[in-house]
Amino acid sequence: MSQAKLLEVTDLAVSFGHGAEEVQAVKGVSFTLDKGETLALVGESGSGKSVTALSVLQLLPYPRARHPKGSIRLGGTELVGAPEPTLRAMRGDRIAMVFQEPMTSLNPLHSIERQVAEVLDIHQGMRGAAARARVIELLHLVGIPEAEKRLAALPHELSGGQRQRVMIAMALANEPDILIADEPTTALDVTIQAQILKLLKELQARLGMALLFITHDLGIVRKMADRVCVMCQGEIVETGPVATVFSAPAHPYTQRLLAAEPKGKPNRPAADAPLVMEGKAIKVWFPVKAGLFRHTVSHIKAVDGIDVAIRQGHTVGVVGESGSGKTTLGLALLRLIGSEGAIVFAGTDIAGMSPGRLRPLRRGMQMVFQDPYGSLSPRLSVGEIVGEGIEVHRLAASPAERRAMITAALVEVGLDPDTQDRYPHEFSGGQRQRIAIARALVLKPRFIVLDEPTSALDVSVQAQIVDLLRDIQSRHGIAYLFISHDLRVVRALADDLVVMKDGRVVEAGRADALFASPQTAYTRALMAAAFDLDVVG
Amino acid sequence: MDARVKPGHDVEEKRKGRENIPMTARFSPLTRRRFAAFRANRRGWVSLWLFLALFAVTLLAEVVANDRPILVSYRGQLYVPVARDYPETTFGGDFLTYTDYRDPYVAGKIAESGWALWPPIRFDYQAVGTDVSKTHPAAPSAENPLGTDDQGRDVAARLIYGLRLSILFGLALTLVSSLVGVGAGAVQGYFGGRIDLVGQRFLEIWGGLPHLLILIIVASIIAPGFWTLLLVLTLFSWTSLVGVVRAEFLRARNFDYVCAAKALGMDDFRVMRRHVLPNAMVATLTFLPFILSSSIVALTALDFLGLGLPPGSPSLGDLLRQGKENLQAPWLGLTGFIVVALLLSLLVFVGEAVRDAFDPRKTTP
Repeated sequence: MSQAKLLEVTDLAVSFGHGAEEVQAVKGVSFTLDKGETLALVGESGSGKSVTALSVLQLLPYPRARHPKGSIRLGGTELVGAPEPTLRAMRGDRIAMVFQEPMTSLNPLHSIERQVAEVLDIHQGMRGAAARARVIELLHLVGIPEAEKRLAALPHELSGGQRQRVMIAMALANEPDILIADEPTTALDVTIQAQILKLLKELQARLGMALLFITHDLGIVRKMADRVCVMCQGEIVETGPVATVFSAPAHPYTQRLLAAEPKGKPNRPAADAPLVMEGKAIKVWFPVKAGLFRHTVSHIKAVDGIDVAIRQGHTVGVVGESGSGKTTLGLALLRLIGSEGAIVFAGTDIAGMSPGRLRPLRRGMQMVFQDPYGSLSPRLSVGEIVGEGIEVHRLAASPAERRAMITAALVEVGLDPDTQDRYPHEFSGGQRQRIAIARALVLKPRFIVLDEPTSALDVSVQAQIVDLLRDIQSRHGIAYLFISHDLRVVRALADDLVVMKDGRVVEAGRADALFASPQTAYTRALMAAAFDLDVVG
Repeated sequence: MDARVKPGHDVEEKRKGRENIPMTARFSPLTRRRFAAFRANRRGWVSLWLFLALFAVTLLAEVVANDRPILVSYRGQLYVPVARDYPETTFGGDFLTYTDYRDPYVAGKIAESGWALWPPIRFDYQAVGTDVSKTHPAAPSAENPLGTDDQGRDVAARLIYGLRLSILFGLALTLVSSLVGVGAGAVQGYFGGRIDLVGQRFLEIWGGLPHLLILIIVASIIAPGFWTLLLVLTLFSWTSLVGVVRAEFLRARNFDYVCAAKALGMDDFRVMRRHVLPNAMVATLTFLPFILSSSIVALTALDFLGLGLPPGSPSLGDLLRQGKENLQAPWLGLTGFIVVALLLSLLVFVGEAVRDAFDPRKTTP
């Protein structure tokens, strides 16, 4: 018994469906986890890491999911196929889980006190004043300020980081032996991410828990984990202490993953290149209406007087946390939402132009969206999607010419032109993003707004897309407005940088200078969190 | 860097599958999956074919039930009475009037020097039997398989013509009210704001009007006919689709690909038609069979009340009214009931199958 590890997963397999439709999500993985240890499961989306974690809790949608083989032993007790009462007693008590999306993991209709106390009631039968005292203690533990006053708060009254803290408090309520954290920081801003990671590490040290950390972010692994299991297509391809795996990766997949972080330098075009797009004192205010007659009482200042200038062949990076108005700025420059201030595109002020007169100019300014799954119409074939702009602007005289233009655009972004008769759902996220870029490129624009084009993608794909974008820029001299919260990607692409917070510019200047010596505390905090996962200030 | 797309196994397989069935190659995989789901619903699939068969038979009403032969051969010459009118003199009669082919005198002349090919039912919707010994409504007999109504007209023939009229009217009403409803919902949902606000308030007031009362008033002012009834019923039936279409447009107008289309420089009408409307079509198609059945019910109800089609027109509502007024002749009421129930059941079954086929929980893998 003394030799038995806390959690032993041996040759575990998970399959969904039967017969010809069977999908093997996990194909025989083995790992162990001991008290006080942090094990990271790392891999790209679809590698089976979340399924593995859920099967430890036996929370998969049985019987559609099943385990053809393998065992999961918690302190000597077999969990695969264990009766439901045994599992219920174990879940939340001995093994607890923190999910990725704090917005949907909390019940929006219950106060946070009630949600945390429910866990205490189920497993310890703790109620009333004792439960309340324990809830307050837990909320203090996870660093919620003035916990006594926030007991009655509903989830929507908390920020994303606070919601994740409440989730952690719920998970810790019964002092579990094992905490499973499934991408607990992916939905959060970088500075909040750093805080949550720090909190998890402190709590683990204090409570001596084992931590099973699931992530796709190698930076987090390096920071948090003792040992790492690299998963690829349902199998663990490499496992070992973090330091060893990172310094001397043995498996080619691990090597690829480690090499995949966005690299390279911006193009560095001539500094006196002609201005392509210039925004002066751009303001986007959304009115807040109240009262019987809906009069405007105040404004939400999404973008509050921003100047930005993008020269031919240049990339201006816009960084900031969510809600800072980055995307709104991009949409305003393209006149896709109403705004105040002057917008000069290629020498013409387009700010007050009628939609009809603006339409021919749209050819020169394009946008690539964040979510490649949402930005391509699922009902149109790839050729139709890319060719749409050609039709709108009547660029092709004949169907053959149109097809040739589509082919050229697809080749340009590195896609097989034969794919144009297929539908978007047959493509991976990275390929879809290439299609979206081809849709913009086919019009030969002078200016493209890239709205977080890499954040929905896996790391290795991110690097490819960044390379592709830089390549296209150097070939055609297109000006980019690159919106991102990921400073690592921005560093690889941006010549100039605008740091935004609450609709205002905090800091702006040449990217290399800004990265080398950030002037304001906000920028410094952002960079520390992004590159070192540290909390500053 | 993966320079070119490397299709995964699934993509390759789908491709192979597509080559095998070139007929469906034009449809997206989703459409094909939905069609397969629709076919898998046996009840709905069979109902659809039964309905189509019924509709096909009624479309050919003139050659199924008619008071004149389909084909007549007289003295070596062929005549087509179904399609053309011939004077009685053509067949050796005395007068230059339209031929009454059931007149024993004319029938005898034709039988002497030729032959006549009759439809299975030798009545059309207004023909009255020649047997004056019967009292009407008369019970089913060899001559009138479903009996006659209170004016001596053949029930089976009236039923076939009435079904055709009902289905055609239902289809026309469905088409017109869908077009108006989708258009109104699309404009409200896509532009939102004040247009939406005004439109919704108008719909609420419009929906609060007592439909039947207004129809009765309108029917007393204008002479009801096929087209006037279509117009009047459209006034109230177009609202049924507005809600769902508006909701779909409200949802879809914020999609990234709609924003992308605007960024490409597309005008609003084109964005709506190409990018947003396909989303709303799912809801619309799901509703269509139910709208069709409610259209048929609306016409039947008006006819039953005597406010519908002009007197003498064959209609299901008229048959039901006669059944109510002649309880001693159960074949009238029973026939009407069975046919209306069958028709509506078929449409509801088809509607359920369509709804299931479009249910994303059943057709997305």
